[in-house]
Amino acid sequence: MNRFLAFLQKEFHHIFRDPRTLVILFGIPIAQLLLFGFVLTNEVRNVKIAVVDHSKDYLSIRMTQRLLSSGFFQLAATPSSESEYEGLFRSGKVKEIIVFEPDFGRRIMKEGKAGIQLIADASEPNAAQLIVNYTTAIANGFVKDEFGQNQKLPGVDLKVRMLFNEDMRDAYNFIPGLIAVILMLISAMMTAITITREKETGTMEILLASPLKPIQIILGKVVPYMILSIVNALVVLLLGYFVFEVPVVGSLALLLGEILLFIFLALSLGILISTFVDNQVTALAMSGFVLMLPSILLSGFIFPVKNMPIPLQILSNVIPPRWFIEINRTVMLKGGGLEAIWPNTLILMGMSVLFIFISIRKFKIRLQ
Amino acid sequence: MITREPVITVKNMVKKFGNFVANDHLNFEVYKGEIFGFIGANGAGKTTAIRILCGLSTPTSGVMKVAGYDIYRQTEKIKQNIGYMSQKFSLYEDLTIYENIRFYGGVYGMNMAERKARTAEMLERLELTEYENRKIGDLPLGWKQKLAFSIAILHNPKIVFLDEPTGGVDPITRRQFWNLIYEAVEKGITVFVTTHYMDEAEYCDRVSIMADGKIVALDTPQKLKEQYNASNMDEVFLKIAR
Repeated sequence: MNRFLAFLQKEFHHIFRDPRTLVILFGIPIAQLLLFGFVLTNEVRNVKIAVVDHSKDYLSIRMTQRLLSSGFFQLAATPSSESEYEGLFRSGKVKEIIVFEPDFGRRIMKEGKAGIQLIADASEPNAAQLIVNYTTAIANGFVKDEFGQNQKLPGVDLKVRMLFNEDMRDAYNFIPGLIAVILMLISAMMTAITITREKETGTMEILLASPLKPIQIILGKVVPYMILSIVNALVVLLLGYFVFEVPVVGSLALLLGEILLFIFLALSLGILISTFVDNQVTALAMSGFVLMLPSILLSGFIFPVKNMPIPLQILSNVIPPRWFIEINRTVMLKGGGLEAIWPNTLILMGMSVLFIFISIRKFKIRLQ
Repeated sequence: MITREPVITVKNMVKKFGNFVANDHLNFEVYKGEIFGFIGANGAGKTTAIRILCGLSTPTSGVMKVAGYDIYRQTEKIKQNIGYMSQKFSLYEDLTIYENIRFYGGVYGMNMAERKARTAEMLERLELTEYENRKIGDLPLGWKQKLAFSIAILHNPKIVFLDEPTGGVDPITRRQFWNLIYEAVEKGITVFVTTHYMDEAEYCDRVSIMADGKIVALDTPQKLKEQYNASNMDEVFLKIAR
């Protein structure tokens, strides 16, 4: 036990003395959070919009007035034809175009429903979503005020179209995904690098020739990063909850359990990488291209898996964060329990066992 | 000090990497309290042999005992009783002298009192007491090598294995390094050292010369010089290698 404590102490010296390690451990997670957080908290104020009123009746004019007097929107253009829309967006003159269909008021009165089309510039997806949400809320509020509570409300059919990014996603989805990416970065990449460093500098030989057992060496290298990973996951969860109001709808204990499982998996992956490479630069490159890019691009973190081409969808099955992000979203946002995520949990467990198994085999071959 | 009591016995040590035979039926004994030199060109198989004896690699076949323990079944016992210094510099550059000592002391399970006493003694001997809070990375290479050796014998092992410990070190520091080796021997530590500096071969009690994975000569430097009619080990080596 004393041996192990001596090892841990040394490991923490390494971590806290290396500015680059500290930046990766604490700087990157916080930077990523703030980056996404900044987008999330984009305020809606005096957003420039264009209104196209094909109806120009009492109701459409009143609704336009209501939108413009809300303080959120500012009329910047009234295009007369659809061909002008794209130019308005491209030049940045407007962020949203509101189109009232012909006979808007008459249809509401006669048929009980009418349509408004909202076209938003989704090249800034989170801002676009916010703007559309505000518009929708104001439009619905207007209808309610105009026709009162008691009567059956006429439906205003709001057709939203996100320009430049048709496949709009909920901004909340970033936090569950971000946890996966950060844990991958800290647990897998840092483990791979720190073990490889011992190999590269030659100290691994000395450790292996010492009475320390290989398992003690590996644990000594891994435990500090496990602790830091847990801390980081908690920080992201807490910041997500208090700053960005991303809730944990489901069981917190279940979520933490799954996070621990994923940390274990990421650490095994880091160990596995370290058995393949002999220097830190290769370890970094391997982690970067083999771990980080797929974790961000193929896991569903940014691009939904179901929208990928079939070959990439198949490939995404072997990307561990793909399964973990699903778990996170299910538990955090939908409140799903173990009955919803047990297949994913089994997959993550299976992957961990596989990585550990290959690592042990590689390690034995190396000694021979 | 040298006895005939063997602390290392090697019988028919064979190590193959695929078709390449790195160690071809090596046979030798190392006696307690001696400095045993392993001499040979790069790639002759010295490091392979030393790695097997330290438990870093498993032999293909052969019977070997280190410090009285079987190399296949009692590696843990062996590791407790040996010290090892590899070709590569092996201290942590980002830790201080004191932290490195504390770490290796901890790894070898030394208790605090023992470690403190040995550390103080060692730093005084190396005249490094006032630098104990300096990072290793800031020290000159010669100091680092002497420190690495001292840390390798901090836990008072029965045998210390040194794999080309003086590579890249200037002649004066090498001389100082060998003084440390002699002091270790006086404390009863057996020294197993590989080198390709022939002047260092002269400092050994017995020398085994390796070529192409085989031991081609094994005796005291004096007897080898007589046998090959040479005035120094350099000539012996060249005659054998030819």
